Amino acid sequence: MSDTVIKHTSGTAVTMVAFALIGTALLAYIFNITREPIEKSEAEARMALFRQILPDEHYYSHLKNKDQDADYDSDLLKNIVEIAPNELLGNKTPSKAYVAKQDHKLAAVILEAIAHDGYSGDIKLLIAIRADGSISGVRVLAHKETPGLGDYIDIAHGNWIKLFDKQSVQITPLEQWKVKKDGGKFDYMVGATITPRAVVKAVAKSLQFFEQNKLMLEQSLAHDHQSDHQADQKSDHKSADKD
Amino acid sequence: MSNNYKEIVTNALWKQNPGVVQLLGLCPTLAVTTTAVNGLSLGFATALVMAASNGTVSPVRKLVPSEIRVPVFILVIAALVSIIDMSINAFAQPLHKVLGIFIPLIVVNCIVLARVESFAAKNTFVPSVLDGFMMGLGGAMVLGLLGGIREIFGKGTLFSGLDLVFGPGAKQFVLTVVPDYHGFLLAVLPPGAFLGLGMLVALRNWAEIRNTKKTDSSANGLKPALNH
Repeated sequence: MSDTVIKHTSGTAVTMVAFALIGTALLAYIFNITREPIEKSEAEARMALFRQILPDEHYYSHLKNKDQDADYDSDLLKNIVEIAPNELLGNKTPSKAYVAKQDHKLAAVILEAIAHDGYSGDIKLLIAIRADGSISGVRVLAHKETPGLGDYIDIAHGNWIKLFDKQSVQITPLEQWKVKKDGGKFDYMVGATITPRAVVKAVAKSLQFFEQNKLMLEQSLAHDHQSDHQADQKSDHKSADKD
Repeated sequence: MSNNYKEIVTNALWKQNPGVVQLLGLCPTLAVTTTAVNGLSLGFATALVMAASNGTVSPVRKLVPSEIRVPVFILVIAALVSIIDMSINAFAQPLHKVLGIFIPLIVVNCIVLARVESFAAKNTFVPSVLDGFMMGLGGAMVLGLLGGIREIFGKGTLFSGLDLVFGPGAKQFVLTVVPDYHGFLLAVLPPGAFLGLGMLVALRNWAEIRNTKKTDSSANGLKPALNH
C-alpha cells in the first residue's frame, strides 16, 4: 500500500521536476540568444535618446568622421563619470554621468536620475544639463506608470516632458518646481498627478546635484586629459583609416 | 469534424466569450482598455499566448498527472510568455516598447489557464490551438470595443497611438471623432472601464435574450398548429 503511494508520489514529483527542468533550460537558452540583440537595441535606443535631449552633433564626434580641426575635443560617450549613490539623483547603485566637453571645459552633462515616488515603481530619467545650469532636455528611460494615464511623461505618449526644455533654477525658482496643483509652475494632466509630481521633483533635485557637483564633474575631466589625448589620437587614426 | 471547429469558433466569439460571458481576465480588460489600440494590442498578444499554451499543453496532456496539472500548466504558460517577451524585445524592439508593459500581465490572466485546463487538457492539438486562438480573439474583440468606447467618450479620438504599433505613417488613421473635445475623465479612469464593460455585458445579454425569444416565439407559433 505505502509502496504504491511512494511510487505514485515520486512519479508525480519526477514529472514536475522534468517540466521545471525543460522550462528552465528553454528559458536559459532563449535568454542567451536574445541577450545580445536586446543589449544592442537598448544601446541604440539610448543613443537616440541622447540625441533627443542634447542635439548638438559635435558631442557625438566618434560616430562619424569629423573635421579634425574642430574645437571640440569632446566625446560624450568617452567621458563617463561614475557617481556613487546620491540622495539627489536617487540612485542606489553607482550611476553614470556622460560629460560633453568643449575646449577642455564642461559644456554639458547627461545625468541618470531615478524618481522613487512615482505611482507604481521607479521612474528612470535622463536629464541633459548645460554648463550654465539650463536644461537641454529630459526623457523618461523606464517607467511602470499606468498605461493611458500616467504614461504621458513618456515622449511616446505626449509632449509633456518637453516642458523642461530650457528650464533652469534661474528661470523658475526652486520652490516653484512643483506641479500647478501644488502651487508650482508645471502643468499636469488631470487624473495623474503623482507621476508628474515625482518627475518634476526628480528633475529639480538633479539640477541641485549639478550645481553642487559641477566642480567635481569638471575636475574628473582634468584627470582624463592625458588619456583623452591618446583616445583622440586613436580616433583620428580610425577616421583616417575610414577615409 | 468541421462542425466541431465551427462550434469552437462560435463558443469563443459569442456563447462563451471570455470578455463578456465568462468575465475572466478582468484585470487587463479593465486596466489597459483606455484606447482601442491598447486594448487590441493586448488582445492579440493574449490570443497568441493562448494558442501557444494550448498547443504546448495538448500534446503532453497524457504525461501530466492530474494532481500537478495546475502547477505544470502555470509553468508552461509562464515560460511561454517569458520566451515571447524576450523574443519580441530582441527582434521587434519598437513593438516591445508598446506591448512590453502588457506582456507580463498575460501570465496572470486567468483566461489563459482556464482554456488550458478546460480545453487543451482534454483535446487534441489542432482543436486546442484553434480554441486558444479564437478565445483570445473573442477577448480581443471585447478589449478593442471597450477601448474604443472609452477612447471616444474619454478623449474624443479613435485609434490614437496607432503610430506606435505601425510606425509614424499610421498617424493619419487616427480619427478625431469629436473635434475640440475637452475629455471626459470618468471614461478614462477605472470606473469608466467597469461602466463600459457592464454596458457591453448588458448589450450582449439583451441580444442573446432577443435571439432566444425570437426562436422561442416562432417555435410557439408553429407548435399549436402541429399539435392540433
